[in-house]
Amino acid sequence: MGYGTLPDEPEFGAGSDAPAPVAPLSDRAAKVVRTATSGIADNPHVEYLLRLADDRLILGQRLSEWCGHAPILEEDIALANIALDLIGEASLLLAHAGELEGHGRTNDQLAYFRDETAFRNVQLVELPNGDFAETIARVFFFSALQVPLLEQLERSTDATLAGIAAKARKEATYHLRHAGDWMLKLGDGTDESHARLQRAVEHLWPYVHELTWGDAVDDALAASGVAADVRLLAGAWRSSVERVAQAATIALPADGWKATGGRIGRHTEHLGHVLAELQSLTRAHPGATW
Amino acid sequence: MTMTPTVQSTPEDATKLAAFEARIAAGEHIEPKDWMPERYRRQLIRMMSQHAHSECVGMLPEGNWITRAPSLRRKMTLLAKVQDEAGHGHYIYCATETLGVSRDELLDELHAGKAKYSSIFNYPTLTWADIGVIGWFVDGAAIVNQTVLAKASYGPYARAMIRICKEENFHKRQGYEICAVMSQGTDAQKAMLQDAVNRWWWPSLMMFGPPDSASSNSDELLRWKVKRYTNDELRQRFVNLTVPQAQAINVALPDPDLAYDPTSGSWRFGAIDWNEFWAVVKGHGPLNRERVAARKAAHDDGAWVRAAAEAHAAKRAARSTAAA
Repeated sequence: MGYGTLPDEPEFGAGSDAPAPVAPLSDRAAKVVRTATSGIADNPHVEYLLRLADDRLILGQRLSEWCGHAPILEEDIALANIALDLIGEASLLLAHAGELEGHGRTNDQLAYFRDETAFRNVQLVELPNGDFAETIARVFFFSALQVPLLEQLERSTDATLAGIAAKARKEATYHLRHAGDWMLKLGDGTDESHARLQRAVEHLWPYVHELTWGDAVDDALAASGVAADVRLLAGAWRSSVERVAQAATIALPADGWKATGGRIGRHTEHLGHVLAELQSLTRAHPGATW
Repeated sequence: MTMTPTVQSTPEDATKLAAFEARIAAGEHIEPKDWMPERYRRQLIRMMSQHAHSECVGMLPEGNWITRAPSLRRKMTLLAKVQDEAGHGHYIYCATETLGVSRDELLDELHAGKAKYSSIFNYPTLTWADIGVIGWFVDGAAIVNQTVLAKASYGPYARAMIRICKEENFHKRQGYEICAVMSQGTDAQKAMLQDAVNRWWWPSLMMFGPPDSASSNSDELLRWKVKRYTNDELRQRFVNLTVPQAQAINVALPDPDLAYDPTSGSWRFGAIDWNEFWAVVKGHGPLNRERVAARKAAHDDGAWVRAAAEAHAAKRAARSTAAA
């Protein structure tokens, strides 16, 4: 059995043994072509707002998956409430980003018509919900950063951002308290709940570092007084997490592999599926009003 | 479900019953600690638990579209609506507990497939237009029912209904607005809307329950002001309210027999398929199995969470006792 007659080998190019003729490289042949995930931002201010907004949109989307399926009716209410707060904040932030960008994109266009690589959320928020312990631990880790971050953003030189931050800080304070209460209940409750929470914390730990990851965008905005440098909040985050973990008798894992890339559009494989669901109807009817 | 067994009537009961009926006739509310006939208590537990279960099961068909809502505003209003429904369920379970039955007992009945809830939630939400039409028809029908229940004789239920009706009105307006916007939209949106109306119209008329001719216990419920109007009266009221709304947004109601009757001032409508109604009530609707299974799975998967909360509360209580 053979593969039939092989085609004649080309004299040069792919598959040829003959040395290729040397041609000068074109302008584009050997350089880093800028793409959605190059980590270069034209407008750091817009980029920063997208980071804040996308964290909230995607975590809100994930939390809303719980609706009707929570372990107790009170949690159906609470998780929906947190999701609603986060999506509300995302909506305001995206609207502001669209205005500053100046290309006429609305908050809906930014939410529904950007692809995965244009999203700027941390990978932490795009992971599947997992069980209730993972869901709670994620809200806890996320909110533990948002409270000090939003406190700083309330003093932003961007008055619109400052206004959104003032509203969001009150909400984040509630989210942190709610998730923190459950950290205590699950950590202190039964052997099973303790084991599940410990496992959840270990599973999520590689993803928490990205919350306080920063780059030139943060440098630029810290310089202009629009935003605080999120890297400087790592200590405050760590001590508030340690306090609750200790009370919940949960051991924080040693740092190992650290996820990175969400802030420049390099995500886990999960985000595409989140967006496929979020955007499906809207993209099926481009231009329609709902 | 824990319910006091019916006791033999005694002369004392007859006196109490007369006083009870006199209070109701005078328009007074019956409160949890008041004497009440066992049948009254049972009827209320039945109605209120069905109502609470309906709110909880009702989260599922609408929850089906939260993650796909076509704009951020629609996503937020739908999330808020479903959250309200969870809140209503919670509120009515609490009101039902005043009649001496616990939420756990009621949930066990639901998860065992023994408790009823509104059959409308056994139909699937296939498109976004379903979310609009549910708000318009299903919440609209619920308002017709609940506006009347807000004048029911049992105090905790009546008060719950007053609060809930306010929110349902909001939901209905949002649902109708979704439909109104789609009715002005693209051809695909208009077709989607009409399709949803076609599918939800008849099941919505069935929400008012069997026809008066086949309703077994309406008389007593009316006398005790557990109900205030018959199923058919409420159904007619809903049709009369809804027909002009449909005309206003140019959607057709799927009933060639629909006609205005100037004598009664009502819209006459065609025959309801009561075979379908009874089939769904008895568990043979499109999604009966799936809905109950989803609620049961949520409850079962959450058992360890509830156990943790209880264990933590007990440990905390023990620690504070030890510290005292």
